[in-house]
Amino acid sequence: MQALVIVAHGSHLNPESSTPTYGHADTIRETAAFDEVREAFWKEEPHFREVLRTLESEEVYVVPLFISEGYFTEDVIPRELRLDDWDPDAWESDGTSATHVTLDAADVDKTVHYCGPVGTHDAMSDVIVRRAESVTGDPDVGDGFGLAVVGHGTKRNENSAKAVEYHADRIREMGRFEEVQALFMDEDPEVDDVTDFFESEDVVVVPLFVADGYHTQEDIPEDMGLTDDYRDGWETPAKVDGHYLWYAGAVGTEPLMADVVLERALDAGADVADAVEYVKEHTRDAAVTEA
Amino acid sequence: MDDEQLAALSAAVTVEDDVAFDGLHVTRTDDGYRFELPDLERGGLSEDELRRVARANPEHVSNWYFWHDVAPTEGSARFDFLRYLERVADHDAPTETRGHGGDATHGTTYEPTDVLDRYHALERGIERQWGQLLVTVELADDGYRRYEVRHVDDADADPDELDAHREVRDARDVAKFDEKGRYRPLKAAPTLVDGWRFTALTSAEVVSVVETIYPATIANWHREREGNLDVDHWEPTMARQSGIYGVVQTWNRGEGTEHVERVAETCCADSECLKRREWQYDEDTDLEADGGVGAFPCREPCSMVVSAARQWTKLEGEDAQTYEFELTPSEKEQLEAIVDTVADGDVDEVREADFRHDANRWRTRYLREKRMDDEGNLCGVPTDDE
Repeated sequence: MQALVIVAHGSHLNPESSTPTYGHADTIRETAAFDEVREAFWKEEPHFREVLRTLESEEVYVVPLFISEGYFTEDVIPRELRLDDWDPDAWESDGTSATHVTLDAADVDKTVHYCGPVGTHDAMSDVIVRRAESVTGDPDVGDGFGLAVVGHGTKRNENSAKAVEYHADRIREMGRFEEVQALFMDEDPEVDDVTDFFESEDVVVVPLFVADGYHTQEDIPEDMGLTDDYRDGWETPAKVDGHYLWYAGAVGTEPLMADVVLERALDAGADVADAVEYVKEHTRDAAVTEA
Repeated sequence: MDDEQLAALSAAVTVEDDVAFDGLHVTRTDDGYRFELPDLERGGLSEDELRRVARANPEHVSNWYFWHDVAPTEGSARFDFLRYLERVADHDAPTETRGHGGDATHGTTYEPTDVLDRYHALERGIERQWGQLLVTVELADDGYRRYEVRHVDDADADPDELDAHREVRDARDVAKFDEKGRYRPLKAAPTLVDGWRFTALTSAEVVSVVETIYPATIANWHREREGNLDVDHWEPTMARQSGIYGVVQTWNRGEGTEHVERVAETCCADSECLKRREWQYDEDTDLEADGGVGAFPCREPCSMVVSAARQWTKLEGEDAQTYEFELTPSEKEQLEAIVDTVADGDVDEVREADFRHDANRWRTRYLREKRMDDEGNLCGVPTDDE
C-alpha cells in the first residue's frame, strides 16, 4: 500500500487556511492513486507529529505544501515526523532543486519518501500561468499582458526569493506574456510599486503563497493600491496608475496545485503517472466551471 | 449470509489452513471438512455438506467474513476499534475474564463475545461513546455492518430532526465551528455542535468520520491498549521547540513544576479538551493536575499548548510589583467575578438586565467609568513608574 501525506502550516486563528490543502487532497483522492491520502498540519490536527501512525501503508510519500525550502521543510517537518537520519544536505539542493529523500521515521515501521516543497517544483510555473488564466477567464491570456509573481521575500531565508525568481524566469522564457517580473513584500523590487515595472496596460498579479490570509487578502491588495481598505474589497481588474491589475490571490488555491503535489510523489517513485494526467485535465474543467 | 461468503469460507479452509474465529472453527482433513461451533460439531463433511451446515449457521459465517474480508486487517488499530464499537472481547481471551459494560482503555472488560448474542444486540444497535460522538453499529443484510455517528447530546433525538450526511468529507464542516460560529482549532475541545448525523456508513467510512472529527485518536488509543503509547512529556517537548517557540525552553529554569501544573489545569481539564492527558512534567516528575477521563489519550503537549506557553513564557518573565488600588469590597469581588466569567466561557450567559451579576455589561461599564482613567489605568494607577 502507498500513502500520500500533504503537510501544511494550518492555523489556530484562520479557519480557511487549511481549505486549499483539503481541496487538493480531495482531488487526489478521486484519482484513487494512493490507498490513503492524509492532510497534516503544524497548527491543526492531525499534527505532523501524529500523522504517520494513522496510516496503514508501508510506503509513505510526504509532500510539503510550502513555497520554499527553509525552516519548515528543513527543520520543523523532519523533526516532527521523527525522520531521525534527516540532514538538509540529503536533498543536495541549491535552494530550489530539492526532489526527495527516502528515510525511516522513528515511531512507525514505514518507509518515508520526504519530498521537496511544492513551491519549487517546475510544475508550479504552470500553476502560476493557470492562475492567470483563471483570474482573467481567458485560457489563452498572455498577449498584451504582463505577469507579476509576488513573494514574501524575507531576508532571513534567501530561498524564499529564489523560488519566486525561479518561476518568474521560467515563465518569462515561455514567451507567453509581454513581461514577467518577480516582486516582493519586504524587499526590492517591491510590490507597492508594481505599476512602475510594467509597460503593458494589463498586469496579472499572482502571489506565490500557499493559502489566502493576511498577506494575500489584506497587505498586498492595499500595498498595490487595489483598495484603501481591504474590508471594502476591490475590483478585478482594478485600475491603478493607468494599468489594469488582475489580482489572482494565492496561487495555492488553484485546483491545478494538486498536480504539483502528485508530481512531487511521482518524482519520488510513487506509481501515480495516470493520476497526473487525470488531474491536469480535471482541474482545468474545475477552473473553467468556477470562472 | 450470501454465496460469496460461502465460497470464501470453503476457499479459506485447506488442509494447511483452518478458520478459527469468534467460536467458529472449520478444518479440513483427508476425511473432509469439520465445522465446529461452541454447541455444535459436524465432521466428515463434503464441500456441499459444509455449505449446508454453514447455511444453517449464517451468523458465524457472515461474522467471520465481515471481520476477514470487509473490516481491515486483524490486529490493526482500525480493526480493533471496530471490534471495540461492537463491544467484542479479544476472541482469544477466555470467556470467564470478560466483564460487562466497557472501558475505553482496557481490553478485558467487554461484554461476552458470543456471536448469536452479539447479532441479537446488533439488531437493536450497539452504541459507543467517543469524545462527544455516539457511534451506533447495526446489522445490515447478510451480516454486513452499518454505522451511524451523531452527537451524544442527540442520543434520543428524532433522526428526522437531525441533518443527515452521507459524505465523510462533511465531517470537516461539522467539526470546524462551535455553536457560536467560532473556529475550533482544538479538535478535542468539548464544543462540537449537535444536530447532525452520519448515516449508513461502512466500516471504512465510520473510521474516517471519527478520525476527521478526532484526528489520530484511534491510533493513539490503540497504542495505549497495546501498551506502547509513546508519551512525550512537557520537558522534552519544550526542549524540542525552535524558531519563535524556542523561548519556551527558558520557562523551565529553576521554577519547579508549578507553572506546568497551571498550564495543565488551564488547558487540559475536561472542560477544555476531551483527551486524557498522559504527559507529565518529565519521565520522573508527575503532575498533580487532573488528566481527565477521556476515552483517548493525549500523548504530548499540543500545538495550542505550546503556542500559549510561548506567550506565558514572555509574560512570566516580568517581576511582580506592588500596586495600590482603592476599591470597595464589592468592586474587588466584581473584578474577581469578571475573571471567572471570562475564564469559564460564560460571558454570553450573562443577561443584559441581570444587574445583580458581577459580570453584567452595564455593571462592568459603570466600573470602568468610575475606576479607570482615560488611559485605561485601574484607579488611575499607571502600570509603569515613569
